[in-house]
Amino acid sequence: MKGIDTGDTAWMLGATALVLMMTPALGLFYAGLVRGKNTLNTFMMCVAAIAIAAVTWTAIGYSFAFGDANEIIGGFDYAFLHDVTFAPREDSTIPHLLFFAFQGTFCIITVALISGAVVERMRFGAFMLFAALWSVLVYSVLAHWGFGPGWLFNGGTLDFAGGVAVEMASGFSALAAALVVGARKDWGRQALLPHNAVYVLLGAGLLWFGWFGFNGGSGFGTGQNSVLAFVNTLLCPSAALITWFVLDLIRGRTVTAIGAATAIIVGCVLITPAGGFVSPGWALALGAAGALPCYATIAFRPRTRVDETLDVLAAHGIAGFTGILFIGFFAQKSWNGLSDGLLYGNASQLLDQVLAAVAAPTYAFGMTFLLLKLIGLAMPLRVPAKEEAVGMDVTQHGEEAYVTGEGAILVSTEARGEDSVPAAEPA
Amino acid sequence: MKLVIGIVRPERANDVLEALYRAEVRGVSMSRVQGHGGELDRVETYRGTTVKMGLAEKVRFEIAVSEPFVAPTIEAVIEGARTGEVGDGKIFVLPLEQAIRIRTGDTEEGAVTPVGS
Repeated sequence: MKGIDTGDTAWMLGATALVLMMTPALGLFYAGLVRGKNTLNTFMMCVAAIAIAAVTWTAIGYSFAFGDANEIIGGFDYAFLHDVTFAPREDSTIPHLLFFAFQGTFCIITVALISGAVVERMRFGAFMLFAALWSVLVYSVLAHWGFGPGWLFNGGTLDFAGGVAVEMASGFSALAAALVVGARKDWGRQALLPHNAVYVLLGAGLLWFGWFGFNGGSGFGTGQNSVLAFVNTLLCPSAALITWFVLDLIRGRTVTAIGAATAIIVGCVLITPAGGFVSPGWALALGAAGALPCYATIAFRPRTRVDETLDVLAAHGIAGFTGILFIGFFAQKSWNGLSDGLLYGNASQLLDQVLAAVAAPTYAFGMTFLLLKLIGLAMPLRVPAKEEAVGMDVTQHGEEAYVTGEGAILVSTEARGEDSVPAAEPA
Repeated sequence: MKLVIGIVRPERANDVLEALYRAEVRGVSMSRVQGHGGELDRVETYRGTTVKMGLAEKVRFEIAVSEPFVAPTIEAVIEGARTGEVGDGKIFVLPLEQAIRIRTGDTEEGAVTPVGS
């Protein structure tokens, strides 16, 4: 067993904080994309994901993901942090407890990502129950397969930072969630436009910033793979942005801001599985070429009847799928020290990648579909149409994002005593 | 000529617009307003402060129409805006003294009849 390396530990502490920041950043990104009356509810789904997934991850999720019971699921060895202490895991140079926290932030953001498919109509309570069950039954299982001692990982599938458990899992679960929950009532009848493009760009920028911890931390230290993934996180999204600009120019003759924000996410997702395995040159190529299927999916999806509202499937599912397969072709042992792809003479790596690209979407879609159908039997998944019309902020949270205070009559402030005089009633 | 003012729920504004287009009423202004029309107050809490929102968001349509369009306009606004709950809004119809189309200087019926119809 290796000892603790203080440099590695220092970086991983920072990286963990960076990844946690991505979830509020995602909240901002999503909040800008919805209508103004649903701003807070959309943001709150991401906040709720932090609360719920952090607790389920501690209780059982981490154990299911990184325990060693079998190759399908991890068992109960680490439940409630049993044996998760300052001593490092095998082949690791950071405290086990820190490894647990770093991985926990991944579970959190993955749960938050799915909310993009069901915003503006799903009941907050139903979403929270879904988040709790999904984090254990879908995320932990796929994390076990892709990261932990599961069958994909053991079989040789390369997935640096979560093409399986984060990106394909959230993307294809989002599709299932959109199908079960159903479209927004105004979908296809009215133009449902983003209400604040600045939130969207700022959210995307903060996500990119956090992604340096997400990818750069997935080498669990400061080794060469970590540095490579860190640098590739700069390059791949930049190339994706340029492709997106060109496609926007061809399609609408202008370069759009919301398109750019989307391209940043797509680029970061593309490099997520491949970060530590492909050369910087191939990272640029992945961004430039990988943006194409994602752009096509985003352009095509509104023509279908599926209201997968914020395009989680395109930006995460399709991009993660593309990144996972890309490794099979362009991985380079001279850069990653592990394995070559097809282009460098190792065809079997592509086979391993294809296996992941089939298994993860299938499990994520199927399990999420089933899970939401079951929750739907116990409670309504969506708010009544009337409440959807008024807006989720007022009906789900009793607050508004852009409250003016005009016409608000003071009922009580806790700071005042009981002898407070009621404020004036309206005439 | 009449000025039809319709004050409706914001979430029904699109339905009202659609109904107006179907009734071939063109030439509409709309603005966001806040108002109180007897509906139940919403209670909202911000940290320790609980408030009753006495004013609700509404959308105000102003539609200047020639006599034959008065009834269809009113019907369209009602069709688009009615939910049956308190708070659906009001329609006011006012006599209109004069209307002038700025571009041409047209007055009266010519000013409220849209070009191209």
